[in-house]
Amino acid sequence: MAKEISKNLLKKMLYDMMLIRHFEEKAGQMYGLKKIGGFCHLYNGEEAVAVGSVAAIDLKKDYLLTGYRDHGHALACGMDPKSIMAELFGKITGCSRGKGGSMHLFDAEKHFLGGNGIVGAQIPIATGVAFAQKYRNDGGVTLCFFGDGAIHQGAFHESLNMAKIWNLPIVYICENNQWGMGTNFRKVSSVDDFSLLGTAYGIPGQQINGMDVIEVYQEVSKAVEQARLSGLPSLIEARTYRYKGHSMSDPAKYRTKEEVEEYRKQDPILILKDTLMKEGILTEKEYEKYDSQIQAIVDEAVDFAEKSEEPALHTMYEDILAE
Amino acid sequence: MPVITYREALNQALDEEMARDESVFLIGEEVGEYNGAYKVSKGLLDKYGPRRVIDTPITELGFTGIGVGAAMAGLRPVVEWMTHNFALLALDQVVNNAAKMRYMSGGQFKLPIVFRGPNGPAEYLAAQHSQALQTYWAHVPGIKVVAPATPYDAKGLLKSAIRDDNPVVVLEGELMYSWKGEVPEEEYLVPIGKADVKREGTDVTIVTYSKPLKVVQEAADLLAQEGIQVEIVDLRTLRPLDEETVYRSVGKTNRAVVVDESWPVVSVGSYVAWLISKNCFDVLDAQVELVASEDIPMPYNHALELAAQPSVSKVITAVKKVLYLGE
Repeated sequence: MAKEISKNLLKKMLYDMMLIRHFEEKAGQMYGLKKIGGFCHLYNGEEAVAVGSVAAIDLKKDYLLTGYRDHGHALACGMDPKSIMAELFGKITGCSRGKGGSMHLFDAEKHFLGGNGIVGAQIPIATGVAFAQKYRNDGGVTLCFFGDGAIHQGAFHESLNMAKIWNLPIVYICENNQWGMGTNFRKVSSVDDFSLLGTAYGIPGQQINGMDVIEVYQEVSKAVEQARLSGLPSLIEARTYRYKGHSMSDPAKYRTKEEVEEYRKQDPILILKDTLMKEGILTEKEYEKYDSQIQAIVDEAVDFAEKSEEPALHTMYEDILAE
Repeated sequence: MPVITYREALNQALDEEMARDESVFLIGEEVGEYNGAYKVSKGLLDKYGPRRVIDTPITELGFTGIGVGAAMAGLRPVVEWMTHNFALLALDQVVNNAAKMRYMSGGQFKLPIVFRGPNGPAEYLAAQHSQALQTYWAHVPGIKVVAPATPYDAKGLLKSAIRDDNPVVVLEGELMYSWKGEVPEEEYLVPIGKADVKREGTDVTIVTYSKPLKVVQEAADLLAQEGIQVEIVDLRTLRPLDEETVYRSVGKTNRAVVVDESWPVVSVGSYVAWLISKNCFDVLDAQVELVASEDIPMPYNHALELAAQPSVSKVITAVKKVLYLGE
């Protein structure tokens, strides 16, 4: 199963998922302490989708865009946890100088183009990024993430149509965590299998297990390859699950404890850890080492955010227009 | 100096900027093979090919968003909306994305993108196709809005808009496309954010922009026959607003009338009238008057639709009112 993937990459994917998990746990705590305000959508449980997908692209020439549940993608793209935590704290050292917050993380250099707070609005934008890549013929591919809630927006359908008319190098990845806020996706979807939604536009779609990072990596790699070599868009539905509520203010009473427990048994980190240990790639000691390293990184991020300055009032008038 | 139409002036601007900069492209409904719904893009497909002149499906939200993404990735899109009425479907992409991406990212991105197309009442088109929607754009920080009223300004402002590193909304007008005016052969730019005194006068300032300029000019000619000298300030740019030129003129005439073809409630015109009332308080000899469209959806019937809009007689009445020359 894991033969095509180097041991280093497997370990890196485990490490990255653990970093996201720890980061999100800490963000949740900091929210409880009122260090973070507003909307804060955590990615716990969905780590394999961002990590497996980012492992399949080359961010020197490829781009990634997502919605408001964006901490995991930002970390997977290699953004500094310090600048992300500082952004959540609203500090001037944050990646968006304290102007974006949880939903608007960006890193132009790392080709992470946000962080969009309007459900599905990033889908046409990502399609435009892929349009630019094709226009310049630079061999780049764009990954566009969105949730099961966004897939019914007109923006999704309009974008897929144009991506196919012009054969743009883009992979649309629906992270189906099964709950659009408090609404189960089955209740509001004409089909249960979202990969079918590409067919109306002549775009191949497939459903994958979003709790299995190896499967995500392998399938997204194929789609990326296809986009890069033949300029063909594709749609992937990664079936996943969020452990936390929609946002910090959501106690998630619309679903049962048993349902959450069922998915926790398929935890993406535990699955990969078990696989790597069985195959002799990872030892318990290494795992513990990762854990303590990451703990220190996350603590350092909090420390950095705490100690950073608040933005000066005059900065609110900056960054509106380019000179 | 050659006399050309407003339409040709816009066409020249697009052509020159596309020739100058390979990253400029035109995208929208009917811009290519049909040569533009209002023929503004005539000949551009033949000259630049389908890579740079892109016909889209009827999906305003989608192709406007594609423009935003392409701008984030370094291109300079010109998005043509067949009319601003249809651009309402794309409001989210302009207001929430184009205008805010730079701010939300702490200044990491530039968005060099132009959104353009006809705005404002035309004729016999009824409520959905005959309305002035500039308030929607001018309300939002993070974008610039220009509203040229002459072929000269149309060409110079569109060229500046394409070279600007920010989102710029260009308000054109169905009835204005055939208007004629002098446009020099040599290259020029009209700076964004600079109003223009279209007529000098001493008795009253009329502040206007876009299509009503013509009505205002006619009114000024008639008023001159009665010995009333009107100064006309054409705003040309609605955001950022050139307040200085407005105040300088009002400082000279001590009276102001604002003429705006959009609805009067929370409009560009009512905002400008408030600015003048507040900032020229000490020099004003009369209340500031606003001539706007009636506060109604546009009717189809021609007599009714004309009655709903600013007219020469409405402008003259307002001017006489601020001069205390009432009937």
